[in-house]
Amino acid sequence: MRYEAVIGLEVHAQMLTDAKIFCGCSTKFGSEPNTQTCPVCIGMPGVLPVLNKKVLEFAIKTGIATNCKISPYSRFARKNYFYPDLPKGYQISQYELPICEYGNVEIVVDGEIKKIGITRIHMEEDAGKNIHEGGGNYSFVDLNRTGVPLMEIVSEPDIRSPLEAIEYMKKLRTILRYLGVCDGNMEQGSLRCDANVSVRPLGQKEFGIKTEIKNLNSFKFVEKALEYEIKRQIKILDEGGRIEQETRLWNTERGITEPMRSKEEAHDYRYFPEPDLVPITVEQRWIDEINESLPELPDKKRHRFVSGYGLPEYDSDLLTSEKPLADWFEMAVSLGGQPKAISNWIMGDLMRFLNEDTKTIEECPLKPKQLVDMLKLIENGTISGKIAKTVFQEIYKTGKDAEIIVKEKGLVQISDSGAIEKAVDDMIAKNPKEVERFKGGEEKLMGFFVGQVMKLTKGKANPQMVNELLKKKLS
Amino acid sequence: MLNFNNKSKVFIEFETENQQLNHDNSTEENRLKLYSLTISEVRDLLERKEVSVKDVVTSIYERIDAVEDRVTAFVTITKDEALKIADRVQEKITSENIKSTTSLLGIPLAIKDNMCTKGIRTTCSSKILSNFIPPYESTVTSRLIEQGYVLVGKTNLDEFAMGSSTENSGFHITKNPWDLESIPGGSSGGSAAAVAADECIAALGSDTGGSIRQPAALCGVVGLKPTYGRVSRYGLVAFASSLDQIGPITKNVQDSAILMNIISGHDPLDSTSAPLPVPDFTAVLGQDMKGIKIGIPKEYFIEGMDREVGISVRDSIKKLDSLGAIPVEVSLPRTGYAVATYYVLATSEASSNLARYDGVKYGFRAEGKDLMDTYLNTRAQGFGAEVKRRIMLGTYALSSGYYEAYYKKAQQVRTLIKRDFEEAFKAVDVIVTPTSPTAAFKVGEKTADPLQMYLSDIFTISVNLAGVPGISIPCGFTSHNLPIGLQIIGNHFDEESILKVAYAYEQSTDWHKRRPNL
Repeated sequence: MRYEAVIGLEVHAQMLTDAKIFCGCSTKFGSEPNTQTCPVCIGMPGVLPVLNKKVLEFAIKTGIATNCKISPYSRFARKNYFYPDLPKGYQISQYELPICEYGNVEIVVDGEIKKIGITRIHMEEDAGKNIHEGGGNYSFVDLNRTGVPLMEIVSEPDIRSPLEAIEYMKKLRTILRYLGVCDGNMEQGSLRCDANVSVRPLGQKEFGIKTEIKNLNSFKFVEKALEYEIKRQIKILDEGGRIEQETRLWNTERGITEPMRSKEEAHDYRYFPEPDLVPITVEQRWIDEINESLPELPDKKRHRFVSGYGLPEYDSDLLTSEKPLADWFEMAVSLGGQPKAISNWIMGDLMRFLNEDTKTIEECPLKPKQLVDMLKLIENGTISGKIAKTVFQEIYKTGKDAEIIVKEKGLVQISDSGAIEKAVDDMIAKNPKEVERFKGGEEKLMGFFVGQVMKLTKGKANPQMVNELLKKKLS
Repeated sequence: MLNFNNKSKVFIEFETENQQLNHDNSTEENRLKLYSLTISEVRDLLERKEVSVKDVVTSIYERIDAVEDRVTAFVTITKDEALKIADRVQEKITSENIKSTTSLLGIPLAIKDNMCTKGIRTTCSSKILSNFIPPYESTVTSRLIEQGYVLVGKTNLDEFAMGSSTENSGFHITKNPWDLESIPGGSSGGSAAAVAADECIAALGSDTGGSIRQPAALCGVVGLKPTYGRVSRYGLVAFASSLDQIGPITKNVQDSAILMNIISGHDPLDSTSAPLPVPDFTAVLGQDMKGIKIGIPKEYFIEGMDREVGISVRDSIKKLDSLGAIPVEVSLPRTGYAVATYYVLATSEASSNLARYDGVKYGFRAEGKDLMDTYLNTRAQGFGAEVKRRIMLGTYALSSGYYEAYYKKAQQVRTLIKRDFEEAFKAVDVIVTPTSPTAAFKVGEKTADPLQMYLSDIFTISVNLAGVPGISIPCGFTSHNLPIGLQIIGNHFDEESILKVAYAYEQSTDWHKRRPNL
C-alpha cells in the first residue's frame, strides 16, 4: 500500500530581546551558570511577573509576517508540572487565547509554491537547564535561561514530507531573521522544534494516529527523524499493527526515534489563566504602527527580484533567504552591475568561499563595489572571464581592488593582435602533427590549439581573438 | 483617665485599670503607656518632641515582654533591629526637623509574616519556609520604610494564610487578647491580636477571603481589605493571587486611612495593581453622613448567625440611621454560592502557587532516594494538613476532565457574584453586614470540622470574589465580653465611602476605646 505522511510542527523560537520576558535579567547566551537571575525569574516566594513589552511587539511582528490575525484580547496561562529546571513549578505560557492565530507561510518545493497554515503563535517563558556532570547522584541546575522569551509557532498538519518540513522550517527561520526577532541559531537552541507525525493510506481523508517527536534542534535531525518515523509507522501498518499515540525522542547516535512517554503517562498540565498578569489588550493602532515598521518580507522580495531584475525563481529564492545577502546583491546592482551576472558570482564563488570560511555575508571581505568594478573589467575586455575567477579570489583574499590585482599580477588580457598572432604562429610551429590531423578533419583538436595558445600567453590572450586567428590560419 | 501631657491639647484616655498615674510630667510614666496609643497620637508626641522614638519603641517591647507569652502573636520579634532603626529615625527627626504628620517616622508596626522583609526571616508560619530569609523587600513594606516606620516583628498566621483561626500555624497558635482560651480569628490572627494587645501601634494583614476583617472583628480592632488592585501584592507570598490583598489592621479608623494613604497605589512590579490616582483617605473622615444610602443585604441575616451578633449589627444600622444615613434593603442573590465558589478558585490558584516549594532551591528539604522521593518527602513533611488539603482540592479542580465542572464553573459564578454587587451599588453607597457570624470561638472548637471553619468567612468571602473593598469595625460585645465586628463594603476603588461611614459610626460609639484586660 502507498502511504502519505501528515506532519505538523511546533517551532520554538527564542526571541532576541535584551531582557527576559517577565523581569529585567539579561538573555545573553553562555554566561556562568545562575549569574543572570533574579527573585522573579527563579520564582522566589511573593514575587510577580511583569510582561516585557518588547516580547509582545516581537510576537505581533511575527504574526503579521506570517499572515496571522492578531488577537485584540489574549492572556497568559499557567502550565503546571514539576521539574528541577522549572523553579515556580509552572511555566507561564498562553493557552486558550494566544496572541496570533490563523496564519500561513509560503514554501517553494520543486519549483511549486505551497501554503502551510499556522494555527497559532503564542508567547511563553523558557525553562532552565539541568546539567548532569560530576558523576555523583546529583545534577546541577542553571537558571540563566529561565524566563528567556520564546514564541511557539504551531503549524497546521499541512506538511506532507520531510523535505517540506525542512523548507517550512527554513522559511520560518528566514522570516524570523528578517524581522530581527530570533537569530535562528539551532546549535545554541534558539530555534528548535517538536514534530507531530502520522501516516495514512494515500487517498484516505482521516488522519492516522500520531506520535510526537520532541526537541529536534537541527535541520538535519528534523529530516532524519521524520524519515525514520514515517518508515517506522508504515512498517507497523504494513505488518497489520497499530501506532501507539506517544511522545518519542530522537536518538542522534543511533539514528532512531525512541519512546519517551505513552499517552497514559502524558502530563496533565492543569492549564488555567495566569492570575498574576492582566489580560493583554492590543490596539489596532499599535498593530498598524508595527506593520509599517516591518522590513520588506522575504516572499515579497523574492517576487520583486523575479519581476524587477529578471532573475529566475531559483536565484531569487536563494538571494532573499537572508536579508543581508539580498541587501548585498541589491547594493551591487545599484552600483551598475548586471543582475544575473552578480547573482551568478554570488551563488557561485562567493557562497563557496564564505562557506569554506564559515563566514556570513556581513563578514565578507569582498565588497559589492569590488565585484561590480571587476565585472566592468570583463565587459571592457581588460580581463577574460577565466582570469576573472583568479582576480575574484584575490579580491576575496586580500581585499584589494580588481584593477590593482590585475596590474600587480600582470593579468591584463592580451588584445594586441600582433602578440596573439605571434603566439599562434609559435604554437603551429611547435605542433605540426596535430595541425596535420586537424586539416585532415579532426576538428575537435581546435580546443587543444586554444589551450596551447593560452598556455603560451599565460592565460592572458583574449580568447575570442585567439579563436578567430586560429580559424584564419588553419583553414 | 490621664492627661498625658499638660502642654498638650491631646487628651488621651486609657481604659486599663489600676494604672491611674499622676498628672505630673514624668517621662518615665509617659513612656510606659506609649504602646497604647494610635498612629496619630504617637505622631503628635514625636512631632512636639515630647517623647523620643526610642521611648515609643521601648514601650512597645516592654509591653511585648509583659503579654506576649500569653498572646503569642509573633513568629519573629525584631527588637535589636528596631532599636537601631529607632536611633536612625530619631536622628532624622532631630537634625532635619521633619514634620511627621504625613509620615510614619518612628511608628512601630507589626507585619504579617507572609510579606517579604529583606534580611528578615519570612515564614508564612510554615515549616517549609521556616529558614527562608528573603533577599528583597515587599512593595508595601518598602513604602513603610520610606516613611520611616519601625518594624516590631513578624506576626503569626494560619500557614500560607489558609485558615480562619490562626490554629493552622505551623509553629504555634495565637490567643485572642479578650479571652486567652479563644482564637483571634485568621488568617491574620497574629496581626489582629498584636494590635488588640497593644504589642504594636498598628499592623498589616492580608485578606484572601476575610483574613483581615474576620480577625479584626474577633479582636475588637479595625481591619480594612482594599479593592483588589489598590495595594501592590509584590512581596506578599501568594495564596490565591486573584483574591489576595494587603490592608491595615489598626486601633481606629483614622489610622486605617493613614496607612491606606501610604500603602496604596500602582506598583510597576505588580501588573495587577491599578494605575489609578490615590485620594487622601483621611480627607473624608468627619464628612456628613446625611443622605448616604446604606444597603442591608437580606441574604446576610441568616440562620446560624449568633443572636448577639445579630442584635449588635441591627443596633449599628439604627445608629447609622440616626446619623443621617438611609438604610435600604438590597439583595445579593448569589451569596449562597460564595463559599463553594471561593474554595474552588482559591484552592486552584493555591495548588499552583505552592508548587514552587519543592525543596530544590530554598526552604525546607527532606532528602529522598531520588528526585521524586525528595519532592514527596519535602512537601509531605513541610506542609501542614490544611495546606495539603487545599493543594489536593485545587489540583483536583484543575485536572483534565474536571476543569469545566469546577474551576471554569466557579469562574462563571464569580462573575455573577461580582454583578450582584455592581447591581446593588447602583442603589446604595455602601453595604453593611456582620463581619463574622459569631464572635471568637474556643481554641480547638472547629479544628475537627473544616467546613464549619470555612463558614466563619461566609460574610467576607463574597467581597474578595467581587474584588470590592470592605472594612470591619468594632460594633459591640457579647455577654462574654467578646468583640463583635461590623462590616462595611464599598464599590470598586471607593474606600473613601467605607472609611467615611466607619469613621462616623466610630466617633459616635465607644466600642473602639475598650481594651482587653491582659
